[in-house]
Amino acid sequence: MKGSIVKICGPTVHTDLQGLRLYERVTVKKLTGEVVRLHSKGAVIQVYEDTRGLGIGDEVESLDIPLSVTLGPGMLSSIYDGLQRPLETLQEKTGPFIKTVDVTEVFEIFKFDKPFEFIPNKNIGDTITKGEILGKIKEGNFYHYIYSSKDIDSKIKSIITENITQDTSLITFENGETIKAYQSWPVRIPRPFKKKISTYEPLITGQRNIDFLFSLAKGGTAIIPGGFGTGKTILEQSIAKFADVDIVIYVGCGERGNEMAELLEEFRELKDQKTNKPLLERTVLVVNTSNMPVAAREASIFTAVTIAEYYRDNGYDVLLLADSISRWAEALREISTSLEEMPGEEGYPTYLVSRLAAYTERAGVTDCINGLSGSLTMILSVSPPGGDFTEPVTQALLRNTGVFLMLDTGLAHRRHFPAINWFQSYSLYQENLDDFFCEHFSNNWKTIRNRCREILKKEETLREVAEIVGISGMQDSDRLLLQTAEKIRTKFLAQNAYSEDAYSHPNETIKIIENILNEHEKILEKLTQGLSLNEAFKEKRANDLKTEKAGENKDETK
Amino acid sequence: MRLSEHKYNSISAITGQLVFVENLIEAKIGEMAVIISPDKRYIEAEILEINNNTALLQVYGSTQGLDIKHTKVILQDSLKEIPLSREMLGRKFNGSFNPIDDLPMFFSGNWRQITGYPINPSARANPSEFIETGVSAIDGMNTLVKGQKLPIFSCAGLPSKELVTLILRNVRLSKNEKEFAVIFTALGITHNEYSYYIKALEKMQADYMAIINFADDPVMERLLAPRIALSAAEYLAFEENMDVLTIITDMSNYCEALREISTAREELQGRRGYPGYMYSDLAFLYERAGRIQNIEGSLTLLPVLTMPEDDITHPIPDLTGYITEGQIVLSREMHSNDIFPPIDVLPCLSRLMQKGIGEGQTRKEHRQISNRLYRHYAQGREHRKLEAIVGRDGMSEKDRLYLDFAFTFEKEFINQGMNSRGIDQTLDLALELMNRFNLD
Ligand SMILES: Nc1ncnc2c1ncn2[C@@H]1O[C@H](COP(=O)(O)OP(=O)(O)O)[C@@H](O)[C@H]1O
Ligand SMILES: [Mg+2]
Repeated sequence: MKGSIVKICGPTVHTDLQGLRLYERVTVKKLTGEVVRLHSKGAVIQVYEDTRGLGIGDEVESLDIPLSVTLGPGMLSSIYDGLQRPLETLQEKTGPFIKTVDVTEVFEIFKFDKPFEFIPNKNIGDTITKGEILGKIKEGNFYHYIYSSKDIDSKIKSIITENITQDTSLITFENGETIKAYQSWPVRIPRPFKKKISTYEPLITGQRNIDFLFSLAKGGTAIIPGGFGTGKTILEQSIAKFADVDIVIYVGCGERGNEMAELLEEFRELKDQKTNKPLLERTVLVVNTSNMPVAAREASIFTAVTIAEYYRDNGYDVLLLADSISRWAEALREISTSLEEMPGEEGYPTYLVSRLAAYTERAGVTDCINGLSGSLTMILSVSPPGGDFTEPVTQALLRNTGVFLMLDTGLAHRRHFPAINWFQSYSLYQENLDDFFCEHFSNNWKTIRNRCREILKKEETLREVAEIVGISGMQDSDRLLLQTAEKIRTKFLAQNAYSEDAYSHPNETIKIIENILNEHEKILEKLTQGLSLNEAFKEKRANDLKTEKAGENKDETK
Repeated sequence: MRLSEHKYNSISAITGQLVFVENLIEAKIGEMAVIISPDKRYIEAEILEINNNTALLQVYGSTQGLDIKHTKVILQDSLKEIPLSREMLGRKFNGSFNPIDDLPMFFSGNWRQITGYPINPSARANPSEFIETGVSAIDGMNTLVKGQKLPIFSCAGLPSKELVTLILRNVRLSKNEKEFAVIFTALGITHNEYSYYIKALEKMQADYMAIINFADDPVMERLLAPRIALSAAEYLAFEENMDVLTIITDMSNYCEALREISTAREELQGRRGYPGYMYSDLAFLYERAGRIQNIEGSLTLLPVLTMPEDDITHPIPDLTGYITEGQIVLSREMHSNDIFPPIDVLPCLSRLMQKGIGEGQTRKEHRQISNRLYRHYAQGREHRKLEAIVGRDGMSEKDRLYLDFAFTFEKEFINQGMNSRGIDQTLDLALELMNRFNLD
């Protein structure tokens, strides 16, 4: 089916081609596009590439398939653009600059050192049922499980186990039906599962702020809103490095090219603690930087979440990090504006809220069709204009997310990183996760956290008092509290991403805070015995020296 | 290619910088056009939007004197391209890339689209080579590296051009033989400012090229000038392997021009009337800075902008800060305390600093020195607020020490007049200061 362009406006073109379907993929003079609106005289298409050079009369052709990704072994360690084109291959084709490529160009989407092998569970002559695992393919440390998403009423006629490619039919049935290793999936449709389950297991991030104060559940969602330079990207990247998950999908959505290059370089070198393999081998990058076409930026987060769901369906704990979801919303706004839709708040289309809700709904712990269970956790950064959290994107996300990590410009200016505001941030998963932390790391996890919160809260009140009476006019116990609070902030909450401290195991996390609080209690006790704050500290220092000496002596005798 | 010239006299409307042309046979988005006014002026224009056989053109020159009846439009069948060559160096151009130095235009077979192409993220190399600007607040605490985009956020009336001059005086970008050039781009500057900058550029021991859009030049050329500058810079950096420093001042004028066009198109307005696509538009410019694997050259970008009403949350600095790799922020308060350069280091940031400092680049302890300076100074500034409430006497001895440190830090470390400092001098001074106050 062919038609032509009748109007061009920003990233969208209007065509007179009739009979198209919504969200269908089309080509516009050799460029990829997607149908976003239908009307009686034709359709509107969002074009995924630079529209400069397009003119009236240029051809529009229906492809009769929705915008999809291809899923299967060989995606790990790839860097894709928003339409799943591998950027490394694109570089071979067009050099260091991205130039428009013909849609007819074929890309090898999947990476492999040697051809994949299929390890079947089934034999020739067997029958199968829907969802039953028929075999697996190994990619690095991971398995792709092969199953049929529907019943097939026939017997297996042949099985191919070697040199698996995109077109290979792994299993062929007598009635001609086949099962392949690779499948295509429309990005805007969530992949099906048997059911969502509510389990409460934390996703350990290695970030003390998160694990201890605002813990994240596997299958949960977190947002990180913050003005520029408050540490959103560094925090997302640190989590991507250390999070206790199997697979990481990182979407660079409308942000800097250099950050992606850096991530790529670092992830090639850094080792995964569990497997001792390069981090990149558990990672897929989806990248549509700020200077790449806006419509493809809009698609990028859907491409990423579909890949994430696919790994979830293979029974893995998957973490999707997006930096930044605001740039996605802006792309949506740009497209909506060019469609002359009625604008809602701050020019965003009124469906912003429902789109975001539907997106975050794709997270969760699920029992998959193949009997495996996996999880998909989301951490999304938000870039509020002017650092103002009342803006529509932050507000829309607040309704649907479990963890809110508010980054504070004041803290960032003081170089307190991660600049997570400990008063404003929250986790809705906390209560359900406490048991896990108490059981696995420390019985006192919850009490210590409450005590820590209390001290930080008290500090705030005392600072106000100090502003009136001056520090010198305060009671010793209050001055002690201020000192302890400072210790909590500088030695516990602050966690430098460029140091050894970048990762903190929960055992270590609880130890640090426990020590700070124990010391506080000890000195407080001395104060109640009548010592002054100075005396109490002096005595404590002397004691510390003693125990240190004792320790050294012990070492010598060994 | 079209076989014949497509010439129209079917203008249907003219509003501000926008012209509507009807009954077109063929037209492309981004296609360039020449508009011939009744008094035979030739003005450049570009197609922004096409609806059936009507096109909307943005005019880059003055639209004064255009009419509907006699004005003609010739479509060029090509996107905006400019010739590029090493011969650009030493030359001065206006915002349409016409020479303004009374020399003839150079010839070159190398034509490039001025909008450029996005660098493939997987082809980027990490910017990591230290650049000595000679400014302590930058070198010591917000280090610039080759290939970085680091803007200066100024306020109206603050000495940003003196700061640029101070940087130009010292910066050569490379210790080795590699060729170095400055591309200086001025958007809406006065003739006075122009002569000030040219003097500074002439004094520099390096090649430069200038693209000058005066305050009384066509506003729309402010949209072209940065694209031309960056195309030239990309050419010199990535094809001729030079280290290129691109300075653009004042980007606020660019944003105003963008707003003007957007308003004329009756587009939906974003915050404070700036178009919703300003983030992407600015990113298309700023992201052209960087380094590329297996290419020697580098493109470093130093835009200067003025924060309207000194407000850092205004869309111009805000969107810039979201795109660039940090920011150098000038403060009116510092300026009124006679500190030059009046840099407030607290809101400053260099996101790529970590890579450019340390052993082999500057000094092993550089990071630690910078962190300590930040910690003490931030503390001092906090206490300054407290001092305003409880008075100096109500504060402990230690707190007073912080207060004094912050004061001395501004007077001796930040304040350096027009004297460049080497990185060693900067770091030694920092150490000496911290020893003097013995704060740790
Ligand atoms: N955890 C951290 N440890 C040390 N420095 C940090 C940390 N987080 C942020 N920073 C500093 O803040 C800068 C900005 O962080 P970034 O994540 O790029 O901000 P954003 O993405 O919010 O604009 C970084 O370049 C770094 O200097
Ligand atoms: Mg960021």
